[in-house]
Amino acid sequence: MLVARTLTKEYRSGTAPLAVLRDVSFDIPEGAFVAIVGPSGSGKTTLLGLLAGLDQPTRGAVLLDGEDLTRLDEDARARLRGEKVGFIFQSFQLIPTLTAQENVQVPLELQGRGDAGEKARDLLTRVGLGDRLDHFPSQLSGGEQQRVAIARAFANEPRILFADEPTGNLDGTTGAKIVALLDQLNQESGATVVIVTHDLGLAEHAQRVIRLRDGVVIEDRPGRGGAGTHPGADDASGPAAGASA
Amino acid sequence: MRAPLSTLFRLAWRESRTARRRLLLYMSSISLGVAALVAIDSFAANVQRSIKEQSRTLMGGDLNLRARQGFSAAADSLLDSLATAGFPSAKVTSFASMASAQPSGNTRLTQVRAVTPGFPFYGEVLTEPAGRWAQLHRGRYVLVDPSVLIGLDAQVGDSLQIGYARFEILAAITNIPGDPGIASTIGPRVFIPAQYLAETGLIAAGARAEYEAVLKLPEGTRTPIWVAPLRPRIEKENIRIRTVEEREIDLTDAIQQLARFLSVVGLIALLLGGIGVASGVNAFVQRKIDTVAVLRCLGASSAQVLTIYLVQAAAMGFLGAAAGAVLGIGIQFGLPKMLGDFLPVDVQVSLVPSAILLGLGIGVWVAVVFALRPLLVLRRVSPLQAIRRDDAALAESRRKDSATQITNLALVASVIGLAINRAETVSQGLLFAVGVFVSIGTLWLAAAGLARLTRRIVSPTWPYVLRQGIANLHRPAAQTQSVVLALGFGSFLVTTIVLVQTNLLAQFEFTAAQSRGNLVFFDVQDDQRSGLAALVSESGHEVVSETPIVTMRFAGGNGLTTEEWAERVGMPARNWALRREYRSTYRDSIVPTETLLSGEWFGERQLPAGVYEVSLERDITDELKATLGDTLQWDVQGVTIRTVVTSTREVDWGRFEPNFFAVFQTESLRGAPAQFVTIAAVSSDTAVARLQREAVRRYPNVSSIDLSLVRGTINQIVSKVTLTVRFLALFSLAMGIPVLFSAVAATRRDRLREGVLLKTLGATRAQIGRILLAEYAVLGLLGSLSGMLLAVGGAWGLVTFVFQSTFSFAALPALGIAAAMMALAVSIGLLTGRDVFRETPMAVLREG
Repeated sequence: MLVARTLTKEYRSGTAPLAVLRDVSFDIPEGAFVAIVGPSGSGKTTLLGLLAGLDQPTRGAVLLDGEDLTRLDEDARARLRGEKVGFIFQSFQLIPTLTAQENVQVPLELQGRGDAGEKARDLLTRVGLGDRLDHFPSQLSGGEQQRVAIARAFANEPRILFADEPTGNLDGTTGAKIVALLDQLNQESGATVVIVTHDLGLAEHAQRVIRLRDGVVIEDRPGRGGAGTHPGADDASGPAAGASA
Repeated sequence: MRAPLSTLFRLAWRESRTARRRLLLYMSSISLGVAALVAIDSFAANVQRSIKEQSRTLMGGDLNLRARQGFSAAADSLLDSLATAGFPSAKVTSFASMASAQPSGNTRLTQVRAVTPGFPFYGEVLTEPAGRWAQLHRGRYVLVDPSVLIGLDAQVGDSLQIGYARFEILAAITNIPGDPGIASTIGPRVFIPAQYLAETGLIAAGARAEYEAVLKLPEGTRTPIWVAPLRPRIEKENIRIRTVEEREIDLTDAIQQLARFLSVVGLIALLLGGIGVASGVNAFVQRKIDTVAVLRCLGASSAQVLTIYLVQAAAMGFLGAAAGAVLGIGIQFGLPKMLGDFLPVDVQVSLVPSAILLGLGIGVWVAVVFALRPLLVLRRVSPLQAIRRDDAALAESRRKDSATQITNLALVASVIGLAINRAETVSQGLLFAVGVFVSIGTLWLAAAGLARLTRRIVSPTWPYVLRQGIANLHRPAAQTQSVVLALGFGSFLVTTIVLVQTNLLAQFEFTAAQSRGNLVFFDVQDDQRSGLAALVSESGHEVVSETPIVTMRFAGGNGLTTEEWAERVGMPARNWALRREYRSTYRDSIVPTETLLSGEWFGERQLPAGVYEVSLERDITDELKATLGDTLQWDVQGVTIRTVVTSTREVDWGRFEPNFFAVFQTESLRGAPAQFVTIAAVSSDTAVARLQREAVRRYPNVSSIDLSLVRGTINQIVSKVTLTVRFLALFSLAMGIPVLFSAVAATRRDRLREGVLLKTLGATRAQIGRILLAEYAVLGLLGSLSGMLLAVGGAWGLVTFVFQSTFSFAALPALGIAAAMMALAVSIGLLTGRDVFRETPMAVLREG
């Protein structure tokens, strides 16, 4: 489903290049629930950005559903995101000027879907916000906002969902509920879920945990969540981990 | 499947929810520019339509004939035969004369119009009591401007003496077609039946009068074709022909020129508004980065993102332009009231759809083009910004690309296009465009230069709040230039207007103060001169000067006839300098209003017998292409006088004293029939009135002007002009305000963060207030200074070259404007920055 091939991302710092990610490789099969963990500055968010096609690597490739993201221009990647990718952000990133329902409608409308309203209402009802459709983000609690974000992320039935610290701005109880909801939707939709977090408790809900430090994968192991297989774990983490450990 | 445009429009509408008011505020920058264009275009169209509808009324007939020297017998017989053939005519003879009312005994100078029955053939003369115009020719009646009644303390039924004739006041005229209202202020009119003209005894040889005739042609006659065969015969009699069509063109040309000039101001206002839009949208874009990044994450393409925000900008631009159009329509309804006195027609105001649509179109276009430039940044916002704010990447998105260059080109092309649209010809349009670029560019440069200078002169010893305030002018993405431009432009227009006005008024005061006398008698005949002088001195006052005036014509030079002279020096035979009636004087000394430019004043020069010396004024010397040493002939009422040009003079025409193109040696004109201008210095207003009354009683042909009255009249006109000028000035100031708001709003978020950070570090609200105050006071100072610098240049140019006067810098009004500008900047700054006072440190720090 998602393949990272020797991903390297460098930034220029003064005259010398500064590598944020180095030769990261792994495969994530369809339907998997994967957590990418690591301390602050380990390159987690950079990796997420590259996997989701939000940014381009300095070297290496990302294959999403067989399509090499590094060969697509920004608009083609946007189209791909619109069709196959869902996002959940730490700070929810709801559009403040739109109601809950309108926020969920956006990806559908950008695709030109005629059933956007109906689908959005259905999704919000499924995440327990059927009575909050016309509320603006500022009128919702943090947990509710994140549920709207999850509903939005699942709106165009993505093949893969990326979540960046989805519980980072929530208290423990609310965070747990959000994870349970994500888990449930993952089970129901069969979508691949990739979570970036530094919360090890959350990571353990995943079927597989990839650990980063200083831009390299130092561990790729099964998590305690679900019973899925992790066919990519052995292929990908070995050489990458070996190279960087 | 991608979203159809309608979906993007819907998304744009929803997404704009909280930003509509702010966007509308930015877009209101263009409102005043649109208002100006709509008002000016509508007003010009209305005036032109009114002129077209009323053109016959304006002239009083279909054809106007004007003879400087009166109608010759041949011309009269031609008019008679035309009348017999069914083309009636009416005559109007106009001249200035004293009018004296009884029983009040008051006198004043009036503009007498002796009319024959039938005048005017078109239009209605309104009188109070009504319907009296038709009775004018039934007796020795006179119809007068209401100001005559007030000035003479007279009423209907009283008698009015004009020259040697006495009339009964039949009514006051409330409206007469063809004259602008201001005419009655300059020279109050008095209409008498032409049959009593001779009785007044005022139309003698050499008297200054205008002779006109209007003809009525049958309905549907094409005047230019009808008049063509008659033209040579008429023009041979020194008569100038104006058809109604020509008159219409003259009037509409003048209005169009005024409209063109005003619309350039409107255009600059609009472009300034465009800069305000760009500043505001820039601020708007800063707020939208996060949303755009999310939209990009959710699959929106860069074109979709741009469309969403461009639709918002265009919609708000439309509303801003529409508000401007409504305001313009309002102004247009008010303009005839304000300018009515200066217009020859009664303007019928109606909506002009083409002007409104054009204004709206131009407004939306300017809003969109100026908004597009900052909006282009949104195309390049990386979706990565949704996960992590990356300032380097953001800066990268601001990098200029080909789309920015194309937008820049579109901007320049728009300015040129709009200028050409406003101008008469393409080259004039290009010139306008260059003018617009130069004025905005100069202000921009002045603003940049002054801002840089401010930074350089800041000393570490200055108080912290002042240093911080000045440092704020240089914060990243600061709109210092835009703010200074908005303020500077307003200040430039207002200061220029005020400086020109004060200079012209000061010049008048200076001139009036310098004049030695205050009561001027003119048309004094030779035999009345000593009697009048005696009258003045008997009443205890002093005759300051007595100046002889001899009328004459140029009769060639160096032995050549006028025509030969014209041919020799290469000037058209119809040149005014060759054909005009010269009113010259003779004296042996130069007077204080004159400066010798070349040659020597009359002296003991040996000249052949019968040849005298003459001194010519500079302009007439140039016009006649005469040089020192030329022998010029003059036809002095039938006698040829030969003179040698021995000097040229510069004359200060602004002074209330008799000044002359040609001054002759005394002995050359001593025997010639002359009239005199006598100037007396009279101490009080009552003494002036008494002396005028007595002079009119003894010498009805002698007119007199009380200079203090002239001053009053000029003040009256000036105050009317001032009203218009004040409106323009207020408009110029007002158009800077939304621009200022937009520009200030661009850095509002940064300012909020900084303010809160300072609070966190222990700054009190008072200190933050003082920093804001310092920042805006400096901005105001920079704006008004750059505007003032330009204004001094502009006003100097206008006063020196257009009004041909000496420019002096009126510091007080200029400083007053600068203070007002600073107050404006500070008020807007504090108003926009009030959140900084309100916000607690936590709220903003939490926002991150």
